[in-house]
Amino acid sequence: MYAIEIKNLQMRFGENEPVLKGIDLQILKGAITFVIGFSGTGKSVLLKNIIGIYKPTGGDIEVLGKSCSHLSPTEKIEMRKKFGVLFQGAALFDDHSVIQNVMFPLNEHRKDLKRNDRYEIAKSRLLSVGIEEKHFKKLPAEISGGMQKRVGLARAIALDPEILVYDEPTTGLDPILTEMVDNLIVETQGHREGLTTVVVSHDLTAAFRLANYIAMLDSGKVLLYGTPEEFLASQNPLVRKFVDKGIHRK
Amino acid sequence: MSKINSYIQQFLHNFFHNYIMEVGRVSVFFYESIRWWFKKPSRFKEVIYHMEFVGNGSLVIIFLTGAFTGLVFAFQAWIGLSIVNADNLVGPVTGLAVARELGPVLTGLIISARAGGAMAARLGTMRVTEQIDALDVMGVDAKNYLVAPRILASILSTPLLCAFFDFVAMIGAYILVAYIIKLDPAVFVAKLKMFVQPRDINEGLFKASIFGAIFSTICTYKGYNTKGGAKGVGDATNYGVVASMVTIIILDYFLTKIVAMFDAGTLRL
Repeated sequence: MYAIEIKNLQMRFGENEPVLKGIDLQILKGAITFVIGFSGTGKSVLLKNIIGIYKPTGGDIEVLGKSCSHLSPTEKIEMRKKFGVLFQGAALFDDHSVIQNVMFPLNEHRKDLKRNDRYEIAKSRLLSVGIEEKHFKKLPAEISGGMQKRVGLARAIALDPEILVYDEPTTGLDPILTEMVDNLIVETQGHREGLTTVVVSHDLTAAFRLANYIAMLDSGKVLLYGTPEEFLASQNPLVRKFVDKGIHRK
Repeated sequence: MSKINSYIQQFLHNFFHNYIMEVGRVSVFFYESIRWWFKKPSRFKEVIYHMEFVGNGSLVIIFLTGAFTGLVFAFQAWIGLSIVNADNLVGPVTGLAVARELGPVLTGLIISARAGGAMAARLGTMRVTEQIDALDVMGVDAKNYLVAPRILASILSTPLLCAFFDFVAMIGAYILVAYIIKLDPAVFVAKLKMFVQPRDINEGLFKASIFGAIFSTICTYKGYNTKGGAKGVGDATNYGVVASMVTIIILDYFLTKIVAMFDAGTLRL
């Protein structure tokens, strides 16, 4: 079964040339799918369409079998609760402490729980990503970039989402932090049965190491979709160029 | 010559077209935000928090501005009125000017710069660091959580600040009359009571709440729609504050006209 099914997705901003020119992509439930591609090929725009920040100008996205085209505001909120998103810069609320950041989605959507229970859930999420209790009351500005990513991940999994989306999770991180984030992706996937993970990234090494499937975008379309092995075997010149440069650089 | 004419026509067309489009966008933004006042989840705690920021946080600056405005206006009024031997009218002239115009307009301008600038910068930073996107994907409407409470808090706080401004300005005027230019303070108070009516104060408070809505809507709109990085935040703050101030001054004229027409009975709703 598909977690996300993208059908002929098109996106343009104003009168400019379309960024997405008819994307067709099926993301399998329970798998890790990497979306890769050169800069400016529409990866981030695709991601923002998937998580509902942008409204596509054409085509449709089905999430867990339900079309996102004509959702009421309430249905939209319910749909968004199925997603957890780790943003490139973690996007933590800078006036909230670490624990308040992770409790935020619980406070908004799990009002049926007592405050203490929400705290315990947030605490368990933070501990699961390796944030110790002594950091809970710190503000995001008082912790390192790597820790911010981990807190962002703890917040993303706070509501037990069915789909976890990572936006360039390792961009700008040093090799040690990159490996730490890569391991977190695998561990989070391993601990949650049926979780679907979508990673938008430039990091080919991580893609070949972690992904079950890879989709490569070029000029607003899917150039190739397949397993890492199929990617390595591809003779498409653009895929070869991307793979050779990426692997060579690593 | 015809080239210059066509250039001017094109410029004016673009200017008014863009201006009208922007007014339309801000109005839609205002409507989309304030409808959350009547929907769940209610944001009572955020409204109180922002009232504290807009209101309590501005008391010192309003106190200083109000006191010196009262002092200087009463002084200028005394200079002018002395010429026609009417210096016993310093109280009502100052009172009417402060209650009807100076109080609401100066409060609006000061709060636009202080609280409005902070709102635009805060929301702009949240936009460029993807915090607003994070709210959206967590199923929290950013207008409900960030914008609606700020607008309501501004609408409630600005008239309170205006009343405080009026009070402090009249204290300043009283100090000038009683202790600096040494007129009879009893005459000052008696004439003030005689000429300044509650409806004059209400007019000022009404204007102040409109100005609160104006600056908070414009500044949150600019912040919410920030594009780019630090430069975008700076631009949003700059445009937000400038547009709020200019709008307040322009709108003041029309509000005064509308209130005057109400008073004269020529405008009925």
